[in-house]
Amino acid sequence: MPQIAQIGEIYASQLFWLTIVFGAIFFIVGLGMVPKILGTVEARDARIAADLAEAATARETADRLEEEYRAALDRSRSEAAKVAAEAKAAAARATEARVAEVDAVVNGRLEQAMARIAEARTSAQAEIESVAAEAAQAMVERVAGVTVDPTVARAAVQQELVRG
Amino acid sequence: MAAESGKIDPMHQFQVEPLFGHDWQIAGHSIAFTNSSLWMLATLVVIWLFMLGGMKRELVPGRWQVMVEGVTGFVSNMMEQNIGRAGRKFVPYVFSLFMFILVANLLGLIPLGLIPGVHPFTVTSHLTVTAVLAIVSFSIVLIVGFAKHGFHFFSLFVPHGAPWWMMPILIPVEFVSFMVRPFSLALRLFVAMTAGHILLKVLAGFVINGLNAEALWVAPVVSLPSLILMIGISALELLVAAIQAYVFALLTSLYLNDAINLH
Repeated sequence: MPQIAQIGEIYASQLFWLTIVFGAIFFIVGLGMVPKILGTVEARDARIAADLAEAATARETADRLEEEYRAALDRSRSEAAKVAAEAKAAAARATEARVAEVDAVVNGRLEQAMARIAEARTSAQAEIESVAAEAAQAMVERVAGVTVDPTVARAAVQQELVRG
Repeated sequence: MAAESGKIDPMHQFQVEPLFGHDWQIAGHSIAFTNSSLWMLATLVVIWLFMLGGMKRELVPGRWQVMVEGVTGFVSNMMEQNIGRAGRKFVPYVFSLFMFILVANLLGLIPLGLIPGVHPFTVTSHLTVTAVLAIVSFSIVLIVGFAKHGFHFFSLFVPHGAPWWMMPILIPVEFVSFMVRPFSLALRLFVAMTAGHILLKVLAGFVINGLNAEALWVAPVVSLPSLILMIGISALELLVAAIQAYVFALLTSLYLNDAINLH
């Protein structure tokens, strides 16, 4: 077995070159490269974790904004409904008032017209009376030859008219 | 063994031969650049190139970067699960250990022997290499343990909840099991790699000798089943290469956990 048979002659060379090679691996690769590679992996993991956290926060913000938006929408909807109801009520009130006003005006005119009609009727009646009284006076004078006092004739005519 | 299988010696693959620098010496010890050193350097280069692909450090990684991050993440997860936050400090060491063993194991399995004159060499099949790695791991455990807990570290040998009169038996047992750790670490890897490669070479010897046999019936009866078996065992060896690297790193992390958190 050369590994054991040769130990005496090769141990120094093996030890020397192993020290150099393993030392180089340890210092160049082990101490120089490995920490950098592990650092890269760690930085990447940290970056991913940070990105995930950021995404979670963003989602939360989005959810909150949506909720706020919904609430605002609901609020404005109910406000709009309220405003519309108020407007409707105000319009109804205004219409009522206007109708009442116009009604009053119409009623006033009606009354005036009625008054005028009544007046016209009384004046017409008075004229009819005086004409009837004169006619009655004339008829009595012609038929009976009696001159009737105009006041008596008027009273008689009035009596007949009221009765008739 | 060499005589039985003709010219094919399954142990020759473990032979360390100086390539150049035969007269390089430090304090009288030869440090010639051997084929073993060459494969160690190849391991270093492969690991470095592999890791270089992961150094783009992009936010959205490419395929190569995902592979590199997968391996580093695998080791750092293992450390974090076994030790906790304190284990992160030891990720560079355990990662180097894991990658060195894994790549050395895999490089030794590349069938470069098909090219004449090229002999693949498995660095981790040498006790001189695995022992050094095991001793380094064990030393780190001892240093961390004593630096963190002082002499309280010896409480590691006192199992929790055991009745006091069991202590004279339990403490020596625990002590021995603790001291055996570096040997088991070194021998497990060395034996696993050596055994797998010997098996592959013995089977390869059967294939070649069967084909060279004069009797025609030998080739289909011996060579073909051996070749099929080799294919299966090569796949198994790939698995073993990864498992042994994982086991070495896992045990190192468990021993470090003992040193950091006691138990």
